Amino acid sequence: MAEVAVSQLTKRFGGLTAVDAMDLTVGDGELFVLLGPTGAGKTTTLRLVAGLERPDAGRVMIAGRDVTRTEPAGRDITFVFQQYSLYPHLSAYDNLAFPLRSPARRLPEPEIARRVEEIAALLHIAGKLKNRATELSGGEMQRVAIGRALVRRPSVYLMDEPLSSLDAKLRASLRLELKRIQEDLGATILYVTHDQTEAMTMATRIGVIEAGRLVQVGSPREIYTDPRSIYVATRLGQPAINLIPAGLIPDGGAPAAARTIGARTEHLRIAKAANGSALGKVEWIEHLGDQNHLHVTVGAHKLISLVDPATDLVPGDKVSLELAAPLYFDAAGKRC
Amino acid sequence: MAEIRVDHLHKAFGDFVAVRDSSFVVADGEFFVMLGPSGCGKTTTLRMIAGLELPTSGRIHLGGADVTFDRAAARDIAFVFQLFALYPHMNVRRNIAFPLKCAGMSRSEINDRVNETARFLHIDHLLAEPISRLAGGDRQRVALGRAIVRRPMAFLMDEPLGTLDTEFRDVMVRELRELHLRIRATTVYVTHDQIEAMAMADKIAVMNHGVIEQFGTPQEIYDRPTSMYVADFIGSPPMNFLHFRSSLRAGSTTLRVNGAELAVAAIGEDRAEADLALGVRPEHIRFDDASPLRGTVFGAEYLGTTQIVTVNTGHGQVKARLPADVVAVPGEIVGLALRSERASLFDRASGRAIPTALYQGTGHG
Repeated sequence: MAEVAVSQLTKRFGGLTAVDAMDLTVGDGELFVLLGPTGAGKTTTLRLVAGLERPDAGRVMIAGRDVTRTEPAGRDITFVFQQYSLYPHLSAYDNLAFPLRSPARRLPEPEIARRVEEIAALLHIAGKLKNRATELSGGEMQRVAIGRALVRRPSVYLMDEPLSSLDAKLRASLRLELKRIQEDLGATILYVTHDQTEAMTMATRIGVIEAGRLVQVGSPREIYTDPRSIYVATRLGQPAINLIPAGLIPDGGAPAAARTIGARTEHLRIAKAANGSALGKVEWIEHLGDQNHLHVTVGAHKLISLVDPATDLVPGDKVSLELAAPLYFDAAGKRC
Repeated sequence: MAEIRVDHLHKAFGDFVAVRDSSFVVADGEFFVMLGPSGCGKTTTLRMIAGLELPTSGRIHLGGADVTFDRAAARDIAFVFQLFALYPHMNVRRNIAFPLKCAGMSRSEINDRVNETARFLHIDHLLAEPISRLAGGDRQRVALGRAIVRRPMAFLMDEPLGTLDTEFRDVMVRELRELHLRIRATTVYVTHDQIEAMAMADKIAVMNHGVIEQFGTPQEIYDRPTSMYVADFIGSPPMNFLHFRSSLRAGSTTLRVNGAELAVAAIGEDRAEADLALGVRPEHIRFDDASPLRGTVFGAEYLGTTQIVTVNTGHGQVKARLPADVVAVPGEIVGLALRSERASLFDRASGRAIPTALYQGTGHG
């Protein structure tokens, strides 16, 4: 396993700068998640590290070696794509063994068998090795695809939304498995996603990307509790952080420069109010499969907060609202 | 708008029964979701309501009229396969007008209807814009406009959000629900995604192998699942099952789970000793050092405000949703306190819920 470091990495497509002077280091054994919306430049960054794109400026180092001009095959990486691409006519076993049988490697068959079986056990597909690829379910196919990347033991794994084509249940279980495997192997993984749950639950560190620039890097907890800007604050959190104008809810602690207040569930104290102290009104309580959302209106503004399933609040209730150490943002959207 | 009544609907393809003796009523103005994995019969049921498939037996009434064998075109419904395929070379107005033009409506009437629909969706200022210049959210509104401009008696939707990424899907779920609250059109919506179902439905039918396992409001189905299948399908993470073996006595309000005594809703019937499962939602579990129910922390998934902590116990693996500031270290031994009076009780052999006071008034299937 090895470290990945890119410095001043830049890629332009015509007039568009997809990746803009990016500096980024992925530590040995780290699962680093690049998080951002479609078009932010995260996949381009990954492809630059893989060697599938050539940078216009900057360097890519893998395991201390400058690979900026090296072909993808010479970089000692594997790439897992969003859509599993298996050989349909081969069995799961042969699909997994394929990278080990390449003429460049010439591993003896018993060694190949050992590695394939080990990876299959990790991914819980040991019982499916004889099945042809077409006889596997979607989740099994994606596990084989991930397994095919894992058998090779490269310096670095590059993954581009590997779970996004799966249904919600499978995604949740593979999230846990992939994280466990990464820790077991001590693998270095650069992982791209727009899914905040994947980023929060799997990442050692998250890099939030905006218009080709890395705007904040930190542990999931740091990014969630201490975002540097409104942009970063809105990337994480379900329900999304409430952004309200300063002054809407009385708050003695707001700095003078604060224009917008970011309030998550843990920053809001909402309680049934006696007449007089009421500031807001409960619109409805949305019962989702995993959480309950309380919708409260304050004047023309709508706030959404998590609420205990056993709450005694009902639609129409007048409520008081208080802020508890919320996040303050200035006119430019930066924390203040 | 109209009520949809499905009576003993049955559909077999050769030996394979896709839909088995299905009966339900979608009330006028209701948003009804058929939820289940692929192959459970939900799409086949929808296609029979639409008239794209004929039933082997049974009846379908739409707005009081028997439409069982009417052609699809003769039923006053709009079938939405894929909300988001717009015609990129046309402007907004022509996209929304398209279904009316196909129906041969006069130009002035089309204009009136399109203007009205666009105002309703707050996109009237965009009517002359080409699709390619619209932001994502506005595109979705145009797609919705095209679906509602015909004002049919009912909407039928087959996984319309299936191809969207998660972030965008959340936005569309909200838009669809808010639109429904305003126009109150009878809607039948098919999905395998329980979060979509919970967020949008007035009523949900959970389907399995061509059979409706449970029919009810989202809250009913979530709080009082009538089978382990439903309990496992709904919720993220799903309901936990603590395995134990015991006999049951009607009227009892306590349960012994391997030595730990738990308060439960009054048990509805006597049972001889059997393999049982206590069904507990992740948010009904918390850490409590004093609890005799012990386990070892396996891992924690940080979600910001909350976290999902996985604990291995002698009764199986349990997932708890806890505040994010609770410390959970892998390998640590913890006690688990359950809000067992909110728990469900299942017979593991049949997978069915055992009646308790909590379940009074819940209909099966």
